[in-house]
Amino acid sequence: MRYERSRARSGRTCLWLLIPVFLLCFGCRAGERNGAVSAPAQAAVSIQNTGSDTLVNLALAWAEAYMDSHPEVRLAVTGGGSGTGIAGLLNGTVQIANASREMSAEELERARAGGLHPVRITVARDAIAVVVNPGNPVGRLTLAQISALYTGSITRWKELGGQDRPVVLLSRESNSGTYVYFLENVVRLGRKEDRSLFSPETLLMPSSEGISTEVRQNPNAVGYDGLGYVTPEQKTLAVARDERGPYVLPSASTVNDGSYPIARPLFMYTAGEPSGPVKEYLDWITGEGQALVKGLGFVPLR
Amino acid sequence: MRPRAGSMAAGALRPGEFLIETLIRVLGFSTVGFVLLIFLFLAREGIPAFFEVPASNLFGQRWYPTYGMFGTLPLLLGSILVTVFAVLIALPLGVATAVFVREVAPRWAREVLKPLIEVLAGIPSVVLGFFGMTLLAPFVREVLGAPTGLTAFTGALLLAYMSLPTMISVADDALDAVPRSYRDASLAMGATHWQTIWRVVVPAARSGVLTAVMLGMGRAIGETMAVMMVTGNAARLPRGLDALFRPVRTMTATIAAEMGEVARGSAHFHALFAIGIVLFVLTFLINLAAARSIFARRRRGGLR
Repeated sequence: MRYERSRARSGRTCLWLLIPVFLLCFGCRAGERNGAVSAPAQAAVSIQNTGSDTLVNLALAWAEAYMDSHPEVRLAVTGGGSGTGIAGLLNGTVQIANASREMSAEELERARAGGLHPVRITVARDAIAVVVNPGNPVGRLTLAQISALYTGSITRWKELGGQDRPVVLLSRESNSGTYVYFLENVVRLGRKEDRSLFSPETLLMPSSEGISTEVRQNPNAVGYDGLGYVTPEQKTLAVARDERGPYVLPSASTVNDGSYPIARPLFMYTAGEPSGPVKEYLDWITGEGQALVKGLGFVPLR
Repeated sequence: MRPRAGSMAAGALRPGEFLIETLIRVLGFSTVGFVLLIFLFLAREGIPAFFEVPASNLFGQRWYPTYGMFGTLPLLLGSILVTVFAVLIALPLGVATAVFVREVAPRWAREVLKPLIEVLAGIPSVVLGFFGMTLLAPFVREVLGAPTGLTAFTGALLLAYMSLPTMISVADDALDAVPRSYRDASLAMGATHWQTIWRVVVPAARSGVLTAVMLGMGRAIGETMAVMMVTGNAARLPRGLDALFRPVRTMTATIAAEMGEVARGSAHFHALFAIGIVLFVLTFLINLAAARSIFARRRRGGLR
């Protein structure tokens, strides 16, 4: 009797011990999906799509949606930065390079030396909105004023015609592409030799949600984020290149006509005029694929 | 290999039992092994930072990792500031609660309170962080007049709340370990209930309360999610009296926020692991201090 019971218990112990093993197996399965998007068994065409970390989530969303409707195509999307993607394009390991900047003169030179004629396709636009609490009377700023705010030389809203309140600076974390873009083009005003950085008082928020919560609640706060992440409870500022104006509010149309100053196009490069499945994929991206763009915080081409 | 004498006397081990006993022993040792391996891994990834980054930079005041500035001083001080204030807030609350539950509350109240306190420990930190971000932060900003509610103080309040269950349980056990004869003797000499608690029982449980503080501190310094959500993560050097009501960036939040995107093998990657080493050493020292006070209590006899 006693022996029986202890044996039953040991059997149960074994079962409990198996659970972590199962979990580990599933964990590995889930891990596989990460880098390359898993391939259907009958995959015939394989396209490598590498480059900009800014674009990587959008590129992944496109690849997943495209492979659902085109099971014969296998798309492998990885990040690593615009430079990585372009380098891969030039040495032939990558068919489509994602880039959040244009190819540099040296890169073009190397391409020509290798007999390649890279083709640039604009796939989406990235605009950054500067947001404040709806209770803040400040409605428009120049790039120089935003830079002065974020380097810490303006610390009260009064200096910008607002209320007598301290300024609380909000930023995305330093690893986000938005952070780097904002630092280089707004805080440093696009000057290459400028070494200024965000003020150490800047609050680095781990998510867009963190920024929107704080901006919604705190009348002192100013933040920035991808236009697609801005929610209606935040007040978007009109931005001008300099004090002569014009002050422009960000929207799909002002971003696409280039009048909103804090925006940049996002590119995909191919090694020559695209053809076959690569061309079909790029056509799909600039056509049907644009429907996915807004959900990831970017501005669609139309 | 010969089985131990005790098992010999009871007859040869059944194979199943032998298997399970071995398995349990292996699992037990593997826990220790894992800690060692984790430390080795941390050391392997973190120690290069001390060679790649000059010491003046590594212990500097500016943390801009993407621009080659790895000043860990604001992060270290940020963690210490938040943790120390969390413990200062939690200590009186925790000890008072433990005294109430163990010494004052009637039996039925104790039976309700104990499990409720344990439920507190089970609230996921991200839920507390969300609560802190949406309710506590506006409260701190409006009532205390700070420019933003995401401050070291908000973090300390949340951490105090999170370390309370640990503190209460351990302090409660310590009070429980005070022999009944101490209380009886005190009361027999004409001391009131309050005098007995305050002059006899709590001092007798002192080392246990110290353990509770240490364990609560260990819990607080390692907490990540809630802290990342409410402290604002600005790597500013906490100096001056108002630092408590300004944002800070803790070591844990830095690792959590930046590890996901950092390039493997870069100086930044190694610097994050170096922060991990500092955290590991800090928690190790705190736990060691806690363990010392537990052993001291055992050695003194009388209690436990």
